[in-house]
Amino acid sequence: MSKYVDVIIAGFGGQGVMLIGNLLAYAAMEQGLNVTYIPVYGPEMRGGTANCTVVIGEEEIGSPIIFNPLSLIAMNRPSLDKFQPRVQDNGVLILNSSLVEPSLAEKNRLKAYAIPVNELADKLGNLRLANMVALGAYVQATGIVPLQAVKNALPNVISSHYAHLIPDNAKALQTGYDYAQNQGTV
Amino acid sequence: MKEKIVFPKPKVLADSPMHYCPGCQHGTAHKLVAQTLEELNLVEKSICIGSIGCSVFIYNYLLVDTVEAPHGRAPAVATGVKRAKPDKIVFTYQGDGDLASIGLAEIVHCANRGELVTVIFVNNTVYGMTGGQMAPTTMVGQKTTTCPGGRCREREGEPLKMAEMIASLGGTAYAARVAVNNIKNLKKAQKAIANAFKVQVDKLGFGFVEILATCPTNWKMTPLQANKRIEQEMIPYFPLGEFKNCLGENQ
Amino acid sequence: MTKRMFVKGNEAVCWGALAAQCKCYFGYPITPQNDIPEFMSKELPKRGGVFVQAESEIAAANMLLGAVASGVRAMTSSSSPGISLKQEAISYMAGSELPGVIVNMNRGGPGLGDIGPSQGDYFQATKGGGHGDYRLLVLAPGTVQEAYDLTIEAFNLAFKYRNPVMILGDAILGQMKEPITPKDPVIDDSEVHNWCLDGAQNRPSRIIKSLYLEDGALAAHNLKLAKKYEQMAQEEVRFEEFLTNDAELIVVAYGSIGRIVKTTIRKLRQAGHKVGLLRPISLFPFPKEILLSLAKAGKKFLTIEHNLGQMVEDVQLAICKFATTDFYGHLPGNLPTPNDFEQPILNSLEK
Ligand SMILES: Cc1ncc(C[n+]2csc(CCOP(=O)(O)OP(=O)(O)O)c2C)c(N)n1
Ligand code: SF4
Repeated sequence: MSKYVDVIIAGFGGQGVMLIGNLLAYAAMEQGLNVTYIPVYGPEMRGGTANCTVVIGEEEIGSPIIFNPLSLIAMNRPSLDKFQPRVQDNGVLILNSSLVEPSLAEKNRLKAYAIPVNELADKLGNLRLANMVALGAYVQATGIVPLQAVKNALPNVISSHYAHLIPDNAKALQTGYDYAQNQGTV
Repeated sequence: MKEKIVFPKPKVLADSPMHYCPGCQHGTAHKLVAQTLEELNLVEKSICIGSIGCSVFIYNYLLVDTVEAPHGRAPAVATGVKRAKPDKIVFTYQGDGDLASIGLAEIVHCANRGELVTVIFVNNTVYGMTGGQMAPTTMVGQKTTTCPGGRCREREGEPLKMAEMIASLGGTAYAARVAVNNIKNLKKAQKAIANAFKVQVDKLGFGFVEILATCPTNWKMTPLQANKRIEQEMIPYFPLGEFKNCLGENQ
Repeated sequence: MTKRMFVKGNEAVCWGALAAQCKCYFGYPITPQNDIPEFMSKELPKRGGVFVQAESEIAAANMLLGAVASGVRAMTSSSSPGISLKQEAISYMAGSELPGVIVNMNRGGPGLGDIGPSQGDYFQATKGGGHGDYRLLVLAPGTVQEAYDLTIEAFNLAFKYRNPVMILGDAILGQMKEPITPKDPVIDDSEVHNWCLDGAQNRPSRIIKSLYLEDGALAAHNLKLAKKYEQMAQEEVRFEEFLTNDAELIVVAYGSIGRIVKTTIRKLRQAGHKVGLLRPISLFPFPKEILLSLAKAGKKFLTIEHNLGQMVEDVQLAICKFATTDFYGHLPGNLPTPNDFEQPILNSLEK
């Protein structure tokens, strides 16, 4: 079957979920794949979660909005509560274990990775890199695009104002990737 | 020492948290209007005309009868309400995009006809709700999302001075500009709003108060910085004061 | 291959307009299309073009009328409440045969509605919208690439027919990002000099107007317009057919809903259900012929829209000799997903 994956990336506003959604999509585009990215704003923005959906495939993409995704990156508890039940069986879950109890992962049904993204980012010296750590882990878990492609895409989604942070972002991607590889699923 | 509340919450103001951003002065403006309605004993005969902008949910906070007007048309809707129910107290609450851009014709003609209504006009120099685009009141040089290089006098003209413009119209009985950036100005603002309602009660003509207000979010400032900007940048260009007052003592 | 760009639908419209050599943009802020004026305020002046934030949509549309009367390629954009305000000028442009391009990123209504996606403006877009007996050419992109391509087309068609053209998208199309492959279209506006207003130098003066008071003049004018609409119906019908050949049931859906339904159809196909999609791309002229021939072939029909039933009337009219169409309407206020359409399609299939 042709390559296809879709993912909902969700967290608090400010956790940078839109940025990693963009980054993943951009990297996939540069790999010659079809891709859609849609941010979801609305009343949810104010209090709880912000989320976006990325669809990547070899075939032309139909819906950019997915109810039952193949994968989920949950950066906080409300996101896990809302979206985990919707993830398809055998799907991939990246869970931010810095903020969410790993035992909440439906590990019998999903390939669940518990990644302490906040701690890992903190160790790198910048808590705001947590989103990149999560994406690095996701790329390892799904193999949808090479990690290098994601790193290469960084300058295209990070505003020139923060260009000096690109090497740190690349390091954070690698950290997440390595962590997922070493720890495996829960 | 016993604590004394100098700025109590009016009853007509709902007990719910407001959706405004931290440091936004829409909330203060709501409170001033609420206080005036209570002080003048107008709550039960007031009809509010809401407008389209960040204050679109005013009906959730100010518990008086309210109708939502299309963007900019509040003064026309107010005219309709007042003409149909002359014994009611009718007021609009509008932002600067709403009143000074798309609704400029409606506000000018409403004032010029001397409609017995009161207009509360919140000037924060941007379109707040839609994400910080240029407003007719945007200061020269001020950067917004639709004048990314800063407002340019030659291209976009100078910021409109609404209070002065409205004061120049025959039907206007009261026009003032106020700020709510410190206690002194707040007190004056309170008085101006009361006057703008009194001219309606006394059937003297159209009442108008322009309130200079912060929009920290779209100014990309902290609430404190935004409040400072009112003093340092806005007031020098938009002078505070009464530009017309036909109430008894001044006639 | 030209390098692909990863852009929002709103931005794709702008890139398309730039590629089509749009020189003037007039707009007024309204969600969910603010990216368009914001982009144009940055990019048009750099290219020697003009950006004006008008005092209202009424003014923006009339600025457009003025700019295109001078023969220049120009555009305005808005979302539903703002498009209502543009109707006066749109009617005048249709009556005066002026090639304005109007973009509507449809949001929920009526009135202020919400800022989410909706297809509630189908009637307004395709049946005239303003006063008088006229039509716009209406193009409804389903993908970001189409938003780009059809915007280029919109300018070409506007000038080909000297008629306003509308791009009808929605909040989904405006906000979603996809790769687009940019183009370098050839623009031929040699005809423009035969009608535009550029000063009566070495030629008689010209009048651009919609007022026809002399006996029979307005009738003749209306017939002339009708001929254009007929020619559009001959030459400008656009649609996408997806797995219709062996399908028992044809789902008719346009724009974002069309592509969301496509995913539903793929899934149902995997389960062995014979369903296909007809996605109108030109909403006026409407793809009647293809629908008629599908109806003749004995297919069943289900029209799906993001409203309570508007295009379904055009579908029904097109197929009425041979078939009837079911209808499923997705309500505004929540994002439609492929799951929402599974059961309605199965229901129609089993009927
Ligand atoms: C006809 C129409 N055009 C545009 C809009 C979008 N819109 C909503 S609020 C607004 C302006 C808000 O700015 P302002 O009046 O300054 O009030 P603020 O949000 O700053 O308080 C606009 C343009 C609309 N609702 N209707
Ligand atoms: S955007 Fe500006 S005007 Fe609107 S609530 Fe926030 S601070 Fe107030």
